[in-house]
Amino acid sequence: MPREKMQIIVCGGTSCNGNNGEAVIDNIRLELEANALENDIRVVRSGCFGLCTMGPIVKIMPGDTIYTKVTPDDAHEIVSEHIMKGRKVERLLYKDPEGKKPLTTEKELTSHKKQIRIALRNCGIINPENIEDAIAHKGYEALATVLTELKPQDVIRIIKDSGLRGRGGGGFPTGLKWEIAYKNKSDEKYVVCNADEGDPGAFMDRSVLEGDPHAVLEAMIICGYAIEAHNGLIYIRAEYPLAVARLKSAIQQARDYGLLGKDILGTGFDFDIDIRYGAGAFVCGEETALIHSMEGLRGEPTVKPPFPAESGFRGKPTNVNNVETFACISPIILKGAAWFAGIGTEKSKGTKVFALAGKINNVGLIEVPMGITLREVIFEIGGGIRKGKKFKAAQTGGPSGGCLTEKHLDLPIDFDNLTAAGSMMGSGGLIVMDEDDCMVSVAKFFLDFTVEESCGKCSPCRIGNKRLHELLEHITKGKGTLADLDRLKNMSLVIKDTSLCGLGQSSPNPVLSTLTNFRDEYEAHVTLKKCPAGKCKDLMEYFIISANCVGCTACARVCPVGAITGERKEPHLINPSICIKCGACMEKCKFDAIIIQ
Amino acid sequence: MEMETIKLTIDNKTVEVPKGTTINKAAKELGIDIPVLCYMELKDLCIENKPAGCRICVVEVQGRRNLAPSCATKCEEGMVVKTHTTRVLNARRTVMEFILSDHPKECLICAKSGNCELQSMAHQLGIKEIPGQEIAAMSTYKKDTSPSIIRDQDKCILCRRCEMMCNEVQTVGALSAVNRGFMATVAPAFEQNLEHSTCTYCGQCVAVCPTGALTEVDNTPDVLRALADPSKTVIVQTAPAVRAALGEMFGMEPGTLVTGKMVTALRALGFDYVFDTDFAADLTIMEEGTELLDRLTRHLNGDKTARLPILTSCCPGWVNFFEEYFPDLKDVPSTAKSPQQMFGAIAKTYFADKIKIDRKDLVVVSIMPCLAKKYECQRDEFSVDGNRDVDFSISTRELASFIKQANLDLNNLEEGEFDAPLGESTGAGVIFGATGGVIEAAVRTAYELHTAKKLDRLDFTELRGLEGVRSATIDFNGLPINIGIAHGLGNARKLLNDVRAGKSLFHAIEVMACPGGCIGGGGQPLHHGNSEIIKARAAAIYREDKQKPLRKSHENPFIIKLYEEFLGKPNSEKAHHLLHTHYFDKKKKIIVKQ
Amino acid sequence: MKKIKSPEELKKLKTEALERLYGKEKIRVRVHMGTSGLASGAKEIYDFLRLELEKRSIEADVIGTGDMGYSFAEPTIEVKRPGETPVVFGNVDKIKADEIIEKYIKNGEYVDGILPVNYQSIY
Repeated sequence: MPREKMQIIVCGGTSCNGNNGEAVIDNIRLELEANALENDIRVVRSGCFGLCTMGPIVKIMPGDTIYTKVTPDDAHEIVSEHIMKGRKVERLLYKDPEGKKPLTTEKELTSHKKQIRIALRNCGIINPENIEDAIAHKGYEALATVLTELKPQDVIRIIKDSGLRGRGGGGFPTGLKWEIAYKNKSDEKYVVCNADEGDPGAFMDRSVLEGDPHAVLEAMIICGYAIEAHNGLIYIRAEYPLAVARLKSAIQQARDYGLLGKDILGTGFDFDIDIRYGAGAFVCGEETALIHSMEGLRGEPTVKPPFPAESGFRGKPTNVNNVETFACISPIILKGAAWFAGIGTEKSKGTKVFALAGKINNVGLIEVPMGITLREVIFEIGGGIRKGKKFKAAQTGGPSGGCLTEKHLDLPIDFDNLTAAGSMMGSGGLIVMDEDDCMVSVAKFFLDFTVEESCGKCSPCRIGNKRLHELLEHITKGKGTLADLDRLKNMSLVIKDTSLCGLGQSSPNPVLSTLTNFRDEYEAHVTLKKCPAGKCKDLMEYFIISANCVGCTACARVCPVGAITGERKEPHLINPSICIKCGACMEKCKFDAIIIQ
Repeated sequence: MEMETIKLTIDNKTVEVPKGTTINKAAKELGIDIPVLCYMELKDLCIENKPAGCRICVVEVQGRRNLAPSCATKCEEGMVVKTHTTRVLNARRTVMEFILSDHPKECLICAKSGNCELQSMAHQLGIKEIPGQEIAAMSTYKKDTSPSIIRDQDKCILCRRCEMMCNEVQTVGALSAVNRGFMATVAPAFEQNLEHSTCTYCGQCVAVCPTGALTEVDNTPDVLRALADPSKTVIVQTAPAVRAALGEMFGMEPGTLVTGKMVTALRALGFDYVFDTDFAADLTIMEEGTELLDRLTRHLNGDKTARLPILTSCCPGWVNFFEEYFPDLKDVPSTAKSPQQMFGAIAKTYFADKIKIDRKDLVVVSIMPCLAKKYECQRDEFSVDGNRDVDFSISTRELASFIKQANLDLNNLEEGEFDAPLGESTGAGVIFGATGGVIEAAVRTAYELHTAKKLDRLDFTELRGLEGVRSATIDFNGLPINIGIAHGLGNARKLLNDVRAGKSLFHAIEVMACPGGCIGGGGQPLHHGNSEIIKARAAAIYREDKQKPLRKSHENPFIIKLYEEFLGKPNSEKAHHLLHTHYFDKKKKIIVKQ
Repeated sequence: MKKIKSPEELKKLKTEALERLYGKEKIRVRVHMGTSGLASGAKEIYDFLRLELEKRSIEADVIGTGDMGYSFAEPTIEVKRPGETPVVFGNVDKIKADEIIEKYIKNGEYVDGILPVNYQSIY
């Protein structure tokens, strides 16, 4: 094999680009040309390294050498020293934040990567439609251990010791849940997997089911063994056709291989799994509603207690866990409770998958240890805010969560900290907002969702949320008063305090947290009748600055309603009573003469 | 076994209650009445509605994050509960404002005005304005009118009592929650009209509705029109259960009998003759009792076409129920018409002849504790050339309203007497109003007809009571007759399933659709969840029976005379023509409208 | 296929599966085909790679998998050359796929669009 050619990889992530990354590439190319190496040594752009605070990043292959904070001026030294003479440029090497020891290669750096993939361990690695791929990657190994070496109480002990908490939103200790289900003796028990992922923008459960369905099946069997159940049900939304197909094929293959059904692995333990479909009602993610839906009843929650662990599906003890929770089980068995408990914070162990969305560069799924800060998630893994805009807020916990602000950026993310900050972990949706987002509108947007998705059973959720939404609408139209803000707060608190299930108990969170963290923005809407972010159409007016207007008539021609008048080469005027605020004129104007007020 | 108890503190007072008791009930022990709206319990009938949906009854529980619905939260040892802290009061008021903000403010002209639990609650909580009403959207739905029941879901507060009654108690399944969120409401499947649903018009949904969302069709204007028409002779019949409940609407104690005052009121309202459905009940016993004995004899003689058990057929809700759910068994019930319809048939033949008028000029009005009677009198088979045997049926509640409209004070009216000949009845006719009464009346007559012996006791207490399904064996002089009784259609369904499976050991079964029988009918004054009222009405009915000089239908002299003068004998051809009917397969095919 | 009747048989099957998957050093391409990937055209890329690698006589395993979570850069593929660490490429269209075959798969020359590994594996 010929000796590997030298190659230079420059981070092409948005953040590095913004930091003169392009100039670094240009200079490196110039330096190579100067040394007539341009044909021998390739320079390519890569995606984001996730080291955005250290950018621009340059990596030299072979050898995996990583240089950080490279300026265009450093190009000369990199080429003349490293490329020409094979000597590393010490001062540009990545320093271990603690030891200040320079780390030379990417491999060493890997241990400092922010992400740890536990739930997603096999996603993107195995062929989900081939059970042998899963088996090759330790699939069903934990099950074999459990069935041959552990008693149900041992399994429960391990899960309890691991500190695993429910990933679906509640954060209830999983081991404790199993223990309660185990202690409720019954001739029939059920293990239910909640795959009714409903938070807008969240898709970690879908990803797990599509990428590694066996992780969930295996964990459900383990759970069945631990609580002494022999039937499993997966409640999955019918809107996930691919996940359903892969799950079905995985179940069939597991049955064919004797990993589901009678006498699993010759140990005498029986367990089988069926699929139940949800029709996309958000509230069916609530476990009592989910169980009613599976029973063929109207998907609406009932008062707890009785908890499903006492009286669940068909009145039998039922353990309901979320997909991601199940996906963490086998590694805990194989690597031990202590290993899992070693990751994360005091009360939130392990990792959490987040779905990054909104005004963030690297939209997608990430799995990070509990205790990571919002800053690390957004600015390092997420590649920062799009178009270099200013970070304003991050909504965690989906429509039930709250907005975190700049002051929360260095808060370690875990169940309890998020709750204390007025938000929640939820299922792991993380929507990033920038300076252009109006927080009143954001609250309204989430309320819109909960108003639609309330089951309607209890009055505070059914009517209260609607009233909240109406009042927010009123405020975004500039018709609100200061007294309305107090009313907004009182209604929110009462809805939280009196609603039947988690949906209503959390739905006012977006209102309360924006009201707390962005009170000035609300006040601007009601007192000044202005939307500081310029989002609320009713509160803005397009205006032509005469001094800048050259009278090109472009704006008048593009205006769809004829609201702009003016002679050629004379300053134009917008008639606000006709203007529909579509913004077409502003986009067209080449002279920055049109502004929003 | 000693019952496990729990000690807790409510509003600084300690109380000890059995394990499993809810906060609400524990508070009651202390005399603390926590306001409830959706919650309803008919204790003696074992009916409880506990969706914990309205959230009015919330209380503060020390150490709990949010407020607890007292109707559905069980007491725990050492619990500290506060029922009226500022947090609770503010929450209750705000939730009430939410509910009212989505409720029409037309109390002045609402059928439930003055008798509405929502109105009372708004009053109790001192709600005088609804903040934000001007920007609040209202959820509105199409109105639905059937022969018996009017649905106006704009006024629904989702207490789900009707749904519980319709599904759990009656197992009719006509009503359930539909839609989501703000537009959630209770309706027949696909939001069809009640007429196209499996509704039996039993009216139990109306009986429990706290607001004006479910009300009866008001036929008093029709009656008023007839009374005002000089060309019409208008006669009225009153069902047994009415006299035991009407007084409640005039401030009298539940269980007050107002038979005589009611007669006077009806006469004062302008009815030409005031008759008694009890007369027709005696007639029903003659026909149904004879049919029972006939089938029984044939059956004992090995006639395979004689099907047993015989089922009573007085209750129109029940008839609708088996026509819908058990059409395969439609030859099992007695073919005898209900007393209401027997009365109509006799009135428009025998009585019309007697007073020499054409049936078209005779208007028959019935006062019923029932809403299904409105539908029953409109059935095609109960009219002749388009002229109904019973023209209009109005409920006890409508009669009370009618009496009030005429500014009559029932309390101060003289005791009147029913007119002859259709006003005379025995105690057997009276007890038709309570569960077990029809079969008891039938036993009194059938026994004597079958054995030709005189009964030495008339009170068959083993047939009385409020248990949902009851059974007893009556010795017919050596022949044991097995009797089953069910009230509430869900209970009836259990007995019917046995009949269908050929497992029923009964010779005769009495069914009444409403819990408690007619005294708990859908047209009665509202019990507002107090089952003591139903018990008091039953006691009143049996009291009236006891006071009657004659207590066996076959001893009613006017019945004897009716057979002599007109019908011949029970189950004669003429009797069959006028007093018997047949049933239909009315199983609904689900039609989804586009 | 036969039923696995004991933990030992499971272990044996694992060894066999590992051998089948990784026993022979050859080019291995993983195409990430979850919903996000497929929505961005991963299936086309998968078909393209299978067809083109065969046409160009390159012995390679092309495997369809779930998504890695790189939603911002779908479709993504991972290419592993014998003896080298795998490299993930983002925003792969047919032109890019062709470039990857010609430059990286054939010659080990990088092309634009590499997505650096940003996580730790647990096993």
